[in-house]
Amino acid sequence: MKNTFIGAPMERREDLRFLRGRGEYVDDLEVDGLLHAVVLRSSVAHGRIAALDASAALKCPGVHAVITAKDMPGGVPIIPMRLQPLPEFKPYEQPVLAHDKVRYVGEPVAVVLAESVALAEDALEAIALEIEPLPAISDYATAVQNKSLLFEATGTNRSLVFHARKGDADAAFRDAPYTRRERFSTGRHYGLTMEPRGVMAQWNAETSRLTVSGAAKVPFFNRRILAKQIGLPETAIDMIENDVGGGYGARGEFYPEDFLIPFAARHINRPVKWTEDRRENLMAMNHAREAAADIELACARDGTILALRGDIHNDMGAYMRTNGAVGARNVCQFLAGPYRVPHVKVDSHLWMTNKTPVGTYRGPGRFESNFFLERLIDMVAAALGIDRVEFRRRNLVTQAEQPYPIADVQPTDAKDKYDSGEYQAAFEQCLKEIGWHEKAKLCGRLIDGRYHGLGVSCFIEGGAAGPKETARLEVNDDGTFSVYLGTTSVGQGVETIFAQIAADALEVPIDRIRHVYHGSTHYVSDGFGAYHSRSTVMGGSALLDATKNFHTAIRAAGAKRLGCDASTVAIDGDKVSNPDGRSFPLSDLAGLTAEGTFSNHHHTYSYGTHAVHVAVDPKLGRIEIVDYVVVQDVGRAVNPLTLKGQVIGAVVQGLGGACLEHLQYDDDGQFLTGSLADYLLPTASDFPNLRCVITEDYPCPNNPLGAKGAGEGGIIATGGALANAVAHALAPLGAEPRDLPLTPSKVWELVGRKRV
Amino acid sequence: MKARFEVNGHKVEVAVEPRLTLADCLRHHLRLTGTHVGCEHGVCGACTVLVDGKAVRSCLMLAVQAEGSKVVTVEGLSKDEGLTPLQASFRKHHALQCGFCTPGMITTAHALLSEEPDCDADRVREVLSGNLCRCTGYVSIVEAVLDARAAYKGGTS
Repeated sequence: MKNTFIGAPMERREDLRFLRGRGEYVDDLEVDGLLHAVVLRSSVAHGRIAALDASAALKCPGVHAVITAKDMPGGVPIIPMRLQPLPEFKPYEQPVLAHDKVRYVGEPVAVVLAESVALAEDALEAIALEIEPLPAISDYATAVQNKSLLFEATGTNRSLVFHARKGDADAAFRDAPYTRRERFSTGRHYGLTMEPRGVMAQWNAETSRLTVSGAAKVPFFNRRILAKQIGLPETAIDMIENDVGGGYGARGEFYPEDFLIPFAARHINRPVKWTEDRRENLMAMNHAREAAADIELACARDGTILALRGDIHNDMGAYMRTNGAVGARNVCQFLAGPYRVPHVKVDSHLWMTNKTPVGTYRGPGRFESNFFLERLIDMVAAALGIDRVEFRRRNLVTQAEQPYPIADVQPTDAKDKYDSGEYQAAFEQCLKEIGWHEKAKLCGRLIDGRYHGLGVSCFIEGGAAGPKETARLEVNDDGTFSVYLGTTSVGQGVETIFAQIAADALEVPIDRIRHVYHGSTHYVSDGFGAYHSRSTVMGGSALLDATKNFHTAIRAAGAKRLGCDASTVAIDGDKVSNPDGRSFPLSDLAGLTAEGTFSNHHHTYSYGTHAVHVAVDPKLGRIEIVDYVVVQDVGRAVNPLTLKGQVIGAVVQGLGGACLEHLQYDDDGQFLTGSLADYLLPTASDFPNLRCVITEDYPCPNNPLGAKGAGEGGIIATGGALANAVAHALAPLGAEPRDLPLTPSKVWELVGRKRV
Repeated sequence: MKARFEVNGHKVEVAVEPRLTLADCLRHHLRLTGTHVGCEHGVCGACTVLVDGKAVRSCLMLAVQAEGSKVVTVEGLSKDEGLTPLQASFRKHHALQCGFCTPGMITTAHALLSEEPDCDADRVREVLSGNLCRCTGYVSIVEAVLDARAAYKGGTS
């Protein structure tokens, strides 16, 4: 039976429970004897803890304990970095509770355990916390002065500088016929998940075992951290992945609460649950994106790019968190985007500030760098008198140049090459889809009170981070199969996609893939999780390997039972048979299982182009999306229905970041956007006209599926495309957007300044 | 104090503190965890339930205010077997990913289509703009709701 489930737009399995209110998210869990935790957080951005007295809180009704740093006599554990764990970052890692200084509004100081959330919150008010304020650093420009230091011992607020290097950029600039230097900036966003974070921990004192529900994204790695911090063997901890209400890079990293709640459960020997409220979520979950660029492009007179150099300053917040350096690395490594840039010299500076620490958010560093470069390209093309479409065409990497090397980044081992693709093909298709040629004449025209403009932006998306992934197959009692995965679900449709891959690999009807289990630490020997658009590629390739091992195991079992050579055993539907025609049902092998892995250090690079037609109201500063098209080549699409969902969903997230979202602080480091009425997300009426086209022209040469990670391309080019469109709409007024988000007031400012 | 109301066709009597929200009462006292809490300040719409047929944010309503009302949650809109036409349309159009906002989308869309089975795309977008979704970008949700209109014409579903 030759299946073609891979490539089919199949409806999702998980929808049946989600649509009927039968999903099970961590806050839905309830167990006997459950206590509820709430976290006391610093209301001061920078200061010394002078006094912390919980005695009054302990007397409040229903309160069982208040946990502070004093309850950790062995020292307050520090959360290590997961990605780029460089020694330089060590002094900047976050303790699970503040005990000496507080460094951002929202930093955990104590945990109250009580009979209900309401009683715990009542008691929180009774904790006396005195903080002597220190001068706060609320932006990178203040951090640079090093007048006030977050970490006095290091003597600087700059935790590191990443150096992206290729060729000899300075020499190229010396000889270049044309150079242009510009400054740009992006706002502070975060991967807001609709489900706030939560953890439920159960300690079994008799067996010394810990069960932690609410795990997400990288449960195996988080188990390693927790085991070390809490002093248990890894095998004594089960991390349970429930339904997860969104990830986007932010959910599932190891946060202070991922230690505090298990610690509390063991401390009090009762199950403990914590669910954050939205205000906490806004100030506690990883922030991202805020960066300022001062970059320069060198070109020949015909528009050929010669070199790229400059500095990017990243506002890191108060600590280096698990994946906090990824954005700052990517922003310099991928600044050149999908273009042929022979010489690169970009420094990315990591500045510590008194704000919520940063981590990754979908397209980390890529959204920012795309905006910086794509805006600069439009400015350069205009100055050279070259059409911006022609300029891009001339510089996009061709398939003949693949694998195309990109800048190395020090001090990491980041050396990489793009894998495959004719980037111009996606570009041309996108222009065609949006009708660029016919619409180009609208640019800058005022029609019915609104200026029309077109913008285009080309992107590259990295995926499939190594080192490895694991998958396992098992025969069920009824002869159906179960799939077990080391990768995780954050809502992207893992159960459906892996059922498709398994059914094709096993050559069975898809309903014989009974279950797809994922995420929890007891399913496979080791797992790596869902980040860097890696689940489908890495997990899917591991599943293909598991299938080989599984078939070998079935044949071996068949040979033994049928008394023949394993190579002659056939697996035919739900029967195992030998050439003599003797057979037995597969269900006789219930429990037979085989694991497989896929190891790979070659990243996948999907690519494409965004084009957008906007109409800008100069009086209201409102940007309307008239049409928006993404063309993305993904190598191979496992499920076009869910893939398009990823792309369109990411576009709207990106437009939110380009137009609405910004986590604001005042000069004292006080957090100003603590509700969804302040931090504005896109709604159903904001960005209606969006389309995407998926192509599969250049399969990835580095994995057996030929697939490329594709969950982030939809967000990466939104800022660049949108800002370019606004620039061209407002060209008659000479407006050049250099800063995101383009909120109505910022657009109005761009318009107003030029009118005077 | 006691709150007496009807949930999904069943009469309930719950001992609650006056400050308990209807959302928390449904989730933690009545164990109807299909209703989700996403912001607790009335912006995200994940907790939307039907109170006497109207779409209401259960995080902005106290349990005691439901006294004497008929409350329907996402569980009450569902069938034991299979999906309702609205739910099937959501599945067909891939109008959900992580599923967290979905119960609020379903209850809101059900209330809309029950009253206005002829609504157009702009109206769907206007009404759904009170429910935040971070995964889908809304395009597929709007398509799903429009596609489900036929099932509501003639007062069924």
